[in-house]
Formats: sequence, C-alpha cells, structure tokens
Amino acid sequence: MSHAATHDQHDDHHGAPKSFFQRWCMSTNHKDIGTLYLVFALVMFFIGGSFAMLIRAELFKPGLQLMQPYFFNQLTTMHALVMIFGAIMPAFVGLGNWMIPLMVGAPDMALPRMNNLSFWILPFAFTLMLSTLFMAGGGPAGGWTMYPPLSLQSDSLAYVVFAIHLMGISSIMGAINIIATILNMRAPGMELLKMPVFVWSWLITAFLLIAVMPVLAGAVTMLLTDKYFGTNFFNPGGGGDPVLYQHIFWFFGHPEVYIMILPAFGIISEIIPTFARKPIFGYKAMVFAIASIAFLSFIVWAHHMFAVGLPMGAEIFFMYATMLIAVPTGVKVFNWVSTMWGGSMTFETPMLFAIAFVILFTIGGFSGLMLALVPADFQYHDTYFVVAHFHYVLVTGALFAIIAATYYWLPKWSGRMYSEFWGKMHFWNSVIWVNVLFFPQHFLGLAGMPRRIPDYNVAFANFNMISSIGGFLFGASQLIFLGVLIHGVWFSKKKATDRVWEGAKGLEWTVPSPAPHHTFEVPPVIHDDELAHGHVND
Amino acid sequence: MGQQHDAYFVPAKSYWPFVAAVVMFTTVFGAAHWLNAEPGDAGFGKTVLTVGVIGVLGMFFGWFRSVINESLAGDYNHQVDTSFRMGMMWFIFSEVMFFGAFFGALFYIRMFSVPWLGGEGHGTLTHQFLWSDYAASWGANGGNGPEHAGGAFSTVPAWGLPLLNTLILLSSSVTVTIAHHALRAGHRGKILLFLGLTVLLGALFLNFQAHEYIEAYKELNLTLHSGVYGSTFFMLTGFHGLHVTLGTIMLAVIWFRVLKGHFNKDHHFGFEAVAWYWHFVDVVWLGLFMFVYIL
Repeated sequence: MSHAATHDQHDDHHGAPKSFFQRWCMSTNHKDIGTLYLVFALVMFFIGGSFAMLIRAELFKPGLQLMQPYFFNQLTTMHALVMIFGAIMPAFVGLGNWMIPLMVGAPDMALPRMNNLSFWILPFAFTLMLSTLFMAGGGPAGGWTMYPPLSLQSDSLAYVVFAIHLMGISSIMGAINIIATILNMRAPGMELLKMPVFVWSWLITAFLLIAVMPVLAGAVTMLLTDKYFGTNFFNPGGGGDPVLYQHIFWFFGHPEVYIMILPAFGIISEIIPTFARKPIFGYKAMVFAIASIAFLSFIVWAHHMFAVGLPMGAEIFFMYATMLIAVPTGVKVFNWVSTMWGGSMTFETPMLFAIAFVILFTIGGFSGLMLALVPADFQYHDTYFVVAHFHYVLVTGALFAIIAATYYWLPKWSGRMYSEFWGKMHFWNSVIWVNVLFFPQHFLGLAGMPRRIPDYNVAFANFNMISSIGGFLFGASQLIFLGVLIHGVWFSKKKATDRVWEGAKGLEWTVPSPAPHHTFEVPPVIHDDELAHGHVND
Repeated sequence: MGQQHDAYFVPAKSYWPFVAAVVMFTTVFGAAHWLNAEPGDAGFGKTVLTVGVIGVLGMFFGWFRSVINESLAGDYNHQVDTSFRMGMMWFIFSEVMFFGAFFGALFYIRMFSVPWLGGEGHGTLTHQFLWSDYAASWGANGGNGPEHAGGAFSTVPAWGLPLLNTLILLSSSVTVTIAHHALRAGHRGKILLFLGLTVLLGALFLNFQAHEYIEAYKELNLTLHSGVYGSTFFMLTGFHGLHVTLGTIMLAVIWFRVLKGHFNKDHHFGFEAVAWYWHFVDVVWLGLFMFVYIL
C-alpha cells in the first residue's frame, strides 16, 4: 500500500501550515499543541494570579477593605480552580506534549487528533466556568472542594460541574494519549528503564489521572443531581451523608495533588543532572519512589478530613499511611542532593529554580508531616497553616518546576537563548518574595487564623500585611517572567546551540534548535551514551 | 498493509477535534442554562442544548466516518492499531473508575451513613438529637432515610425482571464472542447472525429496563426522590442503562460495517473495541445485580 514509505499524511513535510486556523485549530502536531497548552496555562496563571492579588489586597488590613465577603469567597474558589485545572495541570500536559515525543524518539503523540481535542476543550471549559463571575448570583463561592451543602446553594453549580466534566474529559484523553505514546511509540532501544525520569513521572501521573478524574466526575455529578434532580446522596434526612462527598472528593483529591507534583519531580530530575554534570543518583530508586508515592496516594485521602469526625481507627490508619509517604519523598530529596554532591555545578536560571524547588518543596513537605499528625491537625485544620503548606508545595514546588522547565527547554523550542540576567532577576525576586508571601502564613495559622475569611482579628494584622506585600511583589516579579519569555521567543539575538546546555543528555538535545516542525520521522538510532540514563546498573 | 512499520504514521490535520470542543461546549452550556432557568423560561437553554446534542451526534458521525475511510484506505499500520487498542483499554478503565465512584457511594451509605443515622457507632448524637425514632435498615423500610424522603416505597424484586435481564446480558456476551470467532474464521453470515442477535438482546435488555422503571415509578413509588435508596438505585442502573444504550448503538454500527465488508480476520479493531465495551457493560451489570438488587 501507498503509505509504507509515506510515514506522514501531511502534505507539508517540512514546515508548519501557513493558515492560522489550520495550524492552531486543526493541529495534529505535538509541538504546536504543546505550545497551545503552555500559552493557555500562562494566561490562566495570570488570571488566577490576579484573583490572588485581590485576595491579598483585601487581607492587607483587618476589616472589610475592598469587597463584599461573598465576592471574596468567589475569589478564593476561582483562584484555586483556575490555578489547579487551568494553570498547573495544562502546563504539565504542555511540557509533556512538547518533550515526551522528543525524549523517547517518537514523531508525535500516539493519538494526535485526540491530543488536539484534549487541548481545545480547555478554553471552552474555562469560558464556561469564568462566565459565572459575570452572571446574576455570581460564581461558585463554596471553595474549590465544593463541599455540600454549601456548594449546593449557588446557582452557578451547574456551570461549574459541567466545566469540571469537560476538564475531566480533557485530562483523561490527555492521559490516555501520554500512556499510549510512552508504551507504544518509543524508538527501538529506548527501554523502559532507560527513559528519562520526566517521562517516567508522566507515565505514572497519567495513570493517576485516568484513575481519579472519573471519580471527581462522579462526585460532582452527585452534587448536580442532589441540587437539580432531587437525589439524596448528601442529605442525611434522606439517608445520605455530606461526609460521603468528602470521601469521594478526596479519593480524587489526594492523587490529584500528586498529579500536580510528580511531573515536577521528573523535571527536577532532568535539570539537576544537567547542571551538576553528573548522572542522576539512584535512577531506579527515583522511578520506584515515584511509583510508591503514586500507590500511597490512593490510601491517604482521609487525612484531609481528620476534623470531620472520623472513627478513631480510620484516623490512625490514615495518619500512619500519610507518614509513609515521607519515605519515598525522602529518597527523592536525598537523591537530588546526592546528584549535586561532588558535581561540577553551574547556576543558570533553570538550576537556580531547581535548587530552590528542592529546598522549599522540602519545607512544604515538612509542614505536611505536621498536618499528618491527627492531634496536631485538630489545631491546624482549616487555618492559614494549611494555606502556607499547600502553597509551598504548589507554588515553590509545582510552579517553580514549571518555570525551571520553561527556562530549561525554551531555547530548544524557540532557538534563542533567553536573557540570563533577567532570568536571574526573575529568580531572585520570585524566591525572596514568595517566602515573604507564604512563610508568615505558617505563624498566622499556628496562631489560629482561619482560611477563606475576608476579615480577621487585629492580632493577625502585621503578618497579613507582610504577606500581602510579599504577594504583590511576587506577582509583579512574574511580569519579569513574561518579559523574559517574549524576549526569548521573538527578540533575543543569541542563537541556541543544538545541545543548549553543556551537560545536557538525552534525545531531545540531538535535534536542532529550534526543534523543526517534524522530528524523528523515522525512528532514531539510539546510543546509550547519548541517553541521560543509558547505563543503569544500580 | 502487509508490512510492519518501518516509519511512523502521523494523521493529517482535521477540523473534527475543534468541532467536537465547540459542540461539547454548546451542549453543556445549554444544559446548565436550562437547569437554572426560571419555570416557564426554559426555551433558550433547551434550544442550545438541542443544537449541541445534534452537533455532538453529527460530530461523532463525521469524525468516525473519516477514521473509517482512512482505515479502509489502509493508512493505519500495526503501531497505530496498538495505539487504538491502548486508548480503548484505558478508556474502559476510566469508565470502571466512574462506576467505582457510584459503587463506593452505595457501599459507604449502606455500611456507614444509614447505620450511623440509626444510632450505631459513630452517629449516636445525630440519632439522639435529630431522628431518635429512626430505625436504620436498607430497602423499603428505611432506605429513604429518617425523613422518609419520597414517601413509602417498595423495592424491585431481584428474581423477576432483573434476573431475566442478567440472563439476557450474559447471553449477549456469549453471542458477541461467537460473532468474534466467526469473524476470525471468516464466516460472514454467522457474524451477521450472532452480532445481530447481540444487538437484539441489548435492545431487549433496554426494553425490560424501561418496563422496570415505569413499574417502579407507577406501582412501587420507587423514584429518584426515594431517599438515598432511590438515588443509588436510579443513578447506578441509569448510568448502566446509558452505557448499554451506547453499546447497543455501537454494536449496530459494527453490524452495518460487517455488512459492508469493512473487516477481515486480521483487521477488525473496531469490532473488538465494541466487544470489549460490551463485556465491560456486562460485568458492571453483574455488580449491579449483586449489590443493588440481591443484597
């Protein structure tokens, strides 16, 4: 048949199509779709960030400053939903789209059209969700976790539930695509245990996504039928239980938080060896640690619910299971540090963000251990301590890893070097102000300030003002990031080499910079010494 | 085809994914609008929903038609076939997890919520202060909670229609397997007969399910409002029924494709995917029969 030699149905073998609609809306190209994901995530990052700025402005001083409490509640809810489902997750999918085929020597994702659908659902889903802010009655205000009965009081529930259904469909299809790509599209010689850690982390994350996004869909469907169709899942008068919602939600929710951190682990495991000029310490241990964390994520969900009134046996089980996670996570931190130990280190911007990740994510991990203690959690639950904890793991964890990955791979994407000076400006401003922003929140939480409250006792005034100042400056620092990106994509005069970084290893560095529209149209020949993990003996 | 892939295959550009995103958005936007409409003011949402649903059906038709044409043109090599298989398997796994959420809700309600409301173990105080006269039990006496939501009702007996439906679905699994073996042996008449039987059994199942629902609403006063018993009963069997409907439509499409000679003994992924889906629906039913009807 005619296609044995024609590997590709494209009539445009050597470049992207000229028409804007054809290129971006009809794409089957993993690089273009990856770019769409990343740009979408950046836009959502600034929208969610503007919500955060408003929140911090309201909390600048005690008393109601700028807005009604109900609008404040909409802001906290929307900030979380936009950042989780709109910024962090699509950014990781975008990085996966761009890099996984390049890293395993595939020409594209396994199911390129479905890949395009996975992306294009997202702008529509977020239009649906954000539009509720402009409707009579406003947007969802019951927190991103949407606990009933509070969430059932809002008219926006139907819109938000359907938006979450769409996001779930998008995530599941994206995850199926990633698994099929990794398991089916690797070049000959790219054995599973030679794959980059980033690819491994995405394989496991994709499994988590397929396992838990449908559970979230089920939970929000029950909310929908309870509100609009008279079911009684969460109504004790009819035999149901609002706590049931929390169980189902967090059965999704806990794997979800690892969905937002495992690809970050993968990214850091790529960047540190490059700039330490040493192979990663304990490659297999890193892979198994990710898998163990993924497994444990399914049996710890109730640690989000310690204060809801669980039976004692459940509290003890979930406390110990949660503490177990410290073991594989400790392995990872130990291995990152050991990779740097004795390396010839240089400190380009991606490496700075990666090192900050290791330190600050570890702080977030430690506060997580504190929260895992049932008796201590009775005190910390629903306070700013929790807010500080998850922002350390999500902002200085997930987000810093995404920023590090962007600096690391941007020259490969655009063919130009970003400005190292402004990259470092971005780093130092981010890392200082993010700590000014979130570290005082630990103290606020320990002193008893509740989360999701627009007003507070005057005793909390000083730390809140410090936190808000840190917040505004951290937000402003991200404008530097935007400037560095615009410069690095279109204006920088400094061309990137193919290898980009002296110590970089892996297939993605063997293709030209910028990566051509189509790469690896025939399977590449793989030399083990070209791979980051080609000689795994440990 | 004949050859193993010595080069990769990447499909051509297509507008169907973008169309799919638009019509999915239209559907849910219309649905959300309709749900929030004031009584007597549902026109706009309904119209948008209808347009969306028609759009989704058209999109499925168009997208699958283009894929079928590419498949018939021999564009898809062995590697693409494997990607499709993996995609279908993981899709079914996601469906398993979706049903898992509802089964999990059922188990939690029966093991914890209802007994606790009856004063057992953890719910002593709720029971004592709110509903001290509620005696916890499942089914007709108490399955609708301490406030008897939806009023007194009776349950559907497991050994009537549900048993018949179990036998129907199990037989349909057998017939679809016979059709598969016939396909591999190349007996087209036999395929059409047994695949056709499978479609009919699926339709028969749906017919009995509809009868059961009508009887539940009209005779037994078992409705979606019948407390958490009604909620779990109708949501579990309803979502399952929806999947049987989809499966039956898919089997019917495959029957026409067999009639048109789209498959041969080596290339029939479409057939197998639908057969897997059908077996999955069958297994879910066994869970339902056990935990919703019998126990």
